[in-house]
Amino acid sequence: MRAIKLLTLTAVVIGGLIAAGPADAQNKWAKIRIGTEGAYAPWNFVEGGKLTGFEVELAQDLCKRMKAECEIVPQDWDGIIPALNASKYDAIMAGMNITEKRQEVVSFSRPYAGGPHGFGVPKNSPLVKLPGLGERLSLVKNKAEAEKLIAESKALLKGKVIGVQVSTVNANFLQKYFKDVADIREYKTTEQHDLDLVAGRVDAIYADHSSLLATFSKPDFKDYQVAGVGLTGDILGNGVAVGLRKGDDDLRKLFDEAIAGALADGTIKTLSTKWFKTDMTPQ
Amino acid sequence: MNYFELMGFGPNGWGLPMIQAATMTLRVALAAFVVGLALGGLGAWAKLSGSRFARGAADVYTTVIRGIPDLLVIYLFYFGGSAVLGAIGKWFGATGFVGMPAFATGAIAVGLVSGAYQTEVLRGAFMAIAKGELEAARAVGMPPLLMFRRIIVPQVARYAIPGLGNVWQLILKESALISVTGLVELLRQAQIGAGSTRQPFYFFLTAAALYLVLTTLSTIIFERLETRAMRGVRRA
Amino acid sequence: MDFAFLLECFERLLPGIPMTLKLAGFSLLIGLVLAVLLAMARLSGIVVLEWFSRAYVFVFRGTPLLVQLFLIYYGLGQFPAIRQTFLWPFLREPYWCTLLALSLNTAAYGAEIVRGGLLSVAAGQVEAARACGMSGWLLYRRIVFPQALRQALPAYGSEIILMVKATSLASVVTLLELTGIAHKLISESFRAIEVFIVAGAIYLAINFVITRAVAWGERRLSPDRPADPLPSLPAA
Repeated sequence: MRAIKLLTLTAVVIGGLIAAGPADAQNKWAKIRIGTEGAYAPWNFVEGGKLTGFEVELAQDLCKRMKAECEIVPQDWDGIIPALNASKYDAIMAGMNITEKRQEVVSFSRPYAGGPHGFGVPKNSPLVKLPGLGERLSLVKNKAEAEKLIAESKALLKGKVIGVQVSTVNANFLQKYFKDVADIREYKTTEQHDLDLVAGRVDAIYADHSSLLATFSKPDFKDYQVAGVGLTGDILGNGVAVGLRKGDDDLRKLFDEAIAGALADGTIKTLSTKWFKTDMTPQ
Repeated sequence: MNYFELMGFGPNGWGLPMIQAATMTLRVALAAFVVGLALGGLGAWAKLSGSRFARGAADVYTTVIRGIPDLLVIYLFYFGGSAVLGAIGKWFGATGFVGMPAFATGAIAVGLVSGAYQTEVLRGAFMAIAKGELEAARAVGMPPLLMFRRIIVPQVARYAIPGLGNVWQLILKESALISVTGLVELLRQAQIGAGSTRQPFYFFLTAAALYLVLTTLSTIIFERLETRAMRGVRRA
Repeated sequence: MDFAFLLECFERLLPGIPMTLKLAGFSLLIGLVLAVLLAMARLSGIVVLEWFSRAYVFVFRGTPLLVQLFLIYYGLGQFPAIRQTFLWPFLREPYWCTLLALSLNTAAYGAEIVRGGLLSVAAGQVEAARACGMSGWLLYRRIVFPQALRQALPAYGSEIILMVKATSLASVVTLLELTGIAHKLISESFRAIEVFIVAGAIYLAINFVITRAVAWGERRLSPDRPADPLPSLPAA
């Protein structure tokens, strides 16, 4: 019986050794692993079996500036922060907004992009009448006006089913303002709520405009459109930035400098126009 | 695209990725089975031992694991894997940090669950060995390790096969839950295909068919194994 | 251990309990009715019915429950034809889809358990009853069902526990039962271990109550035999 115990012990130790990464003392950040979702067009997605998108190209540019070799690692959205803290990779570039709650567990670089969030609805739905279409307001700077529009939206959204991705600023926004009037369904991926939007299971989805527009440009989604006012700020986050482990301040400084450089010489603006057809650099 | 083009092996066909994902399912299921066997062996030994502490610990293990949904166990390892492993590592004296790739997360989580069932199977198989044989072995002075090798292991293996066959089927089907960790096994691949082509029905149907193939093959293999193992044993 | 957080978890998990129990309860009920029908079809002697019953059990026991759920929830939603029918208000809701998937699944396992129970009734008793002129419904009510129930109860008790655990899969299609809320809590607070402990404890409490109830039922039905203390391994 001792043999069994010994075998199990050996198995656990070997397993631990295989899983543990080697320690690297010199030039700590010569190789940086960056985690991304890979299912969030046009920020990061898979095409022809390869990861591509705004953030994938931006990452390559930033790494050149940081004189580091980058490896981009895909990871499901709901586990993206735990995996960072488990050192599966060293940074997150996945359309992740800076929020207070997240700042409790990770640190952020300076933001490199930001855009409004809104509803996506079928073109023949009564929800196209949601107030504020075409407008872009900040929940911080234009708080009163934004909240007025939100209050007006409640009547139209009463009893409706809204799909949103779990663990996002979008989900937090919906829970804060519309929990009492609508049925909020949280999905693991944006793809799943898109499927259910087409199936008619949800009456609307809530996501950031760039993602909505990318989805609606596909032929299956020609009968859908963005609705309501485009909002940013406060609970919707303060811009998209690189997520880093608390304590990796040296890496954060490297990223901040690289992003500053990319903003200054217009690289980010070019990439933004390429992928989002509009300038998404932080205002 | 009709079903056969979709699932075929042509340039736009998903046949090859689906079959590759099915092999990933097999691999993670095998890994989970081995982990479960190790844990089951440990658990059975603990339950049969004289120590009340060991019996109690094993009882807690089997009761707790059999009462909690497997999905919850998988989430624990998926979200908290490093914390859990760190705690276990500290218990064994390891320091520093341990990373957990998706394959390991799935294999260990499902292995942990199957270990609880395998404890019972192995314990039952051990108890089926004629007590007289063990007594006789001790009487002629056989050292414990030799007794283990010559008498216990062959007979436990023989009696445990039906139960282990059941556990294997369970593991094969539980492996579908590992899709929530992002590992590209069969169900996950079907989801990827469904999302990409927006034809979920065809993809999940194919996945179901492939699972059926795997479970049926497993049944046949285990039945053969059982026949071979029971050679020469007189059944009442 | 942060007890304040544990308490907060518990409070937030409470609303998931009714949903979990509703799903488990109704699917077991519907599943039991289907299981009895399937078992009777299998024992009916009519070839087509027997064949259908065997095929049903084979498919539903050979594929993972999660795949069955996805087929019903995402798969059926693919066809515009289905969206026009009267079924759509039901299939549209994750609750009904999950209920359907769970019921169909437990029906397959239940059918085997019920069949085992029915077959265990001594043939001599059935013959004697027929010889006395007892037939049809009276025969089943007086002789077959009571004994079949006694034989099937331990195995069915296991199935009940498995169904309670299976409800956790509903979280994968956006339903907020216990595991769904736990998943949400973990992704908000990043504290997997604490949430796991509270959610796991709630499931264990539910399963403990069920195990006790089943053991009580077994004792009532066979006062002469000791009850099986732990749920046994499910048949694959």
